[in-house]
Amino acid sequence: MFDFLDSGQYDLLGAFWVTAKLALYSAIGSLIWGTALAAMRVSPVPLMRGFGTTYVNLVRNTPLTVVIVACSFGLDQTLGITLGADRSEDIGFRLAILGLIAYTGTFVCEALRSGINTVPAGQAEAARALGLSFFQVLTLVVLPQAFRAAVAPLANVLIALTKNTTVAAAIGAAEAALLMREMIENEADALFAVFAVFAFGFIVLTLPTGLFFGWAAKRLAVKR
Amino acid sequence: MSGESVSKSVPRGPEDTPRATDDLVVLSGVNKHFGALHVLQDIDLTISRGEVVVVIGPSGSGKSTLCRTINRLESVDSGTITIDGKPLPAEGRELARLRSDVGMVFQSFNLFAHKTVLENVMLGQIKVRKTEKKAAEEKARALLDRVGVGTQADKYPAQLSGGQQQRVAIARALAMGPKVMLFDEPTSALDPEMINEVLEVMQQLARDGMTMVVVTHEMGFARSAANRVVFMADGRIVEQATPEEFFSNPRSDRAKDFLSKILHH
Ligand SMILES: Nc1ncnc2c1ncn2[C@@H]1O[C@H](COP(=O)(O)OP(=O)(O)OP(=O)(O)O)[C@@H](O)[C@H]1O
Ligand SMILES: [Mg+2]
Repeated sequence: MFDFLDSGQYDLLGAFWVTAKLALYSAIGSLIWGTALAAMRVSPVPLMRGFGTTYVNLVRNTPLTVVIVACSFGLDQTLGITLGADRSEDIGFRLAILGLIAYTGTFVCEALRSGINTVPAGQAEAARALGLSFFQVLTLVVLPQAFRAAVAPLANVLIALTKNTTVAAAIGAAEAALLMREMIENEADALFAVFAVFAFGFIVLTLPTGLFFGWAAKRLAVKR
Repeated sequence: MSGESVSKSVPRGPEDTPRATDDLVVLSGVNKHFGALHVLQDIDLTISRGEVVVVIGPSGSGKSTLCRTINRLESVDSGTITIDGKPLPAEGRELARLRSDVGMVFQSFNLFAHKTVLENVMLGQIKVRKTEKKAAEEKARALLDRVGVGTQADKYPAQLSGGQQQRVAIARALAMGPKVMLFDEPTSALDPEMINEVLEVMQQLARDGMTMVVVTHEMGFARSAANRVVFMADGRIVEQATPEEFFSNPRSDRAKDFLSKILHH
């Protein structure tokens, strides 16, 4: 039933490797972008707050497929922005990462904001009273505690991100879902085996994320 | 100086005029609204170097707000506040620098929960004063010893009692070498048996010559440590006097009424 694995016809590991890279780069990018968005949303500058709020509400409520396809059509095909790649596969890969970051950043931002809300306002005040700047208060006092409180929701965001990488197939990134589509066509008689293999592959990718974050959440919890 | 009526139309001299007096904190004609609520009404208050001023008054009279305007945690609608001759800047780096000269101790301690006691006392020194780490640690340890929590230096705030946390908060503020210390009901959140350990630290500070503004209902502290009592009601300074005078012979009805309530139970 699983003979297709031995045929050598499919580069299963290679496809999952692309998925893993998509997930990893997008995760790093969305953590950074999400933190920046959260900083904007709590900043004292109305313009930044306005941008942060609008961006998050707009992008978060747009289907990921639309975001990614928009990256492909809007940037690549209309504006010719290819992020320095010339093979179409690479273009898809890079634009997919961009789309995933743009999209997942909003969820990171909201997870962080819920974490920020667990930090008593008095601590930020005490920090300001010491003479720390807004940026210092944020990075030295508020965010370190917010991240710790947000570990569990962030784990959910990153697991969702890993699975969302499958949408990148829509713009031709050679990741697992694209290979799965091909295999479903060729191996119609072993349909469930194909599904099982891919489901297993994703569990291998996401389960450690969940376990690690669960462990980290306990380790890092701030005692109050 | 403090008796002189302060009119808003006469600004204090430009930068180059020498500091005329020993006035450290000067509020003149300060007004503040929260929406329709007029929390601070034409506040004129001058605090001299080394003076200990206790602010008392009924709940909601604006004592905390007064305290918080002095380091601009609250902005004011009109009037001026100067610290050591310099007007309070509106924002930015200048404001941050001025705040670092004004120590503040809160009712709820507000220690940084993710940092150890020692780190709490070092943070401002390193990040604001740019003190070297080693020197900052030495100073922090000395201050923690001074307030009697030296042995707790490596614990996290949550592992300390309320009284210990408040003493750490005092050390944290002192670490900046402030010109004046503001205390907003520093003992109100404490169990009775811990109140004294905090008051003792404050008393010592007063004896050492620190300029202090203390919002408190601890009459014992007011009598023993304060140079002046400022009584507030409904956003106004209703009267000010020495503690003996104020407690034995309050002039206003508001003050009499207030004192009869807090002294008779
Ligand atoms: N951020 C705020 N927004 C709106 N109203 C406020 C705010 N802070 C304080 N107030 C109101 O301003 C008034 C004065 O408050 P303040 O905290 O200065 O009083 P207080 O004298 O310190 O009282 P307490 O003894 O209860 O601490 C109160 O009526 C309070 O409800
Ligand atoms: Mg108050």
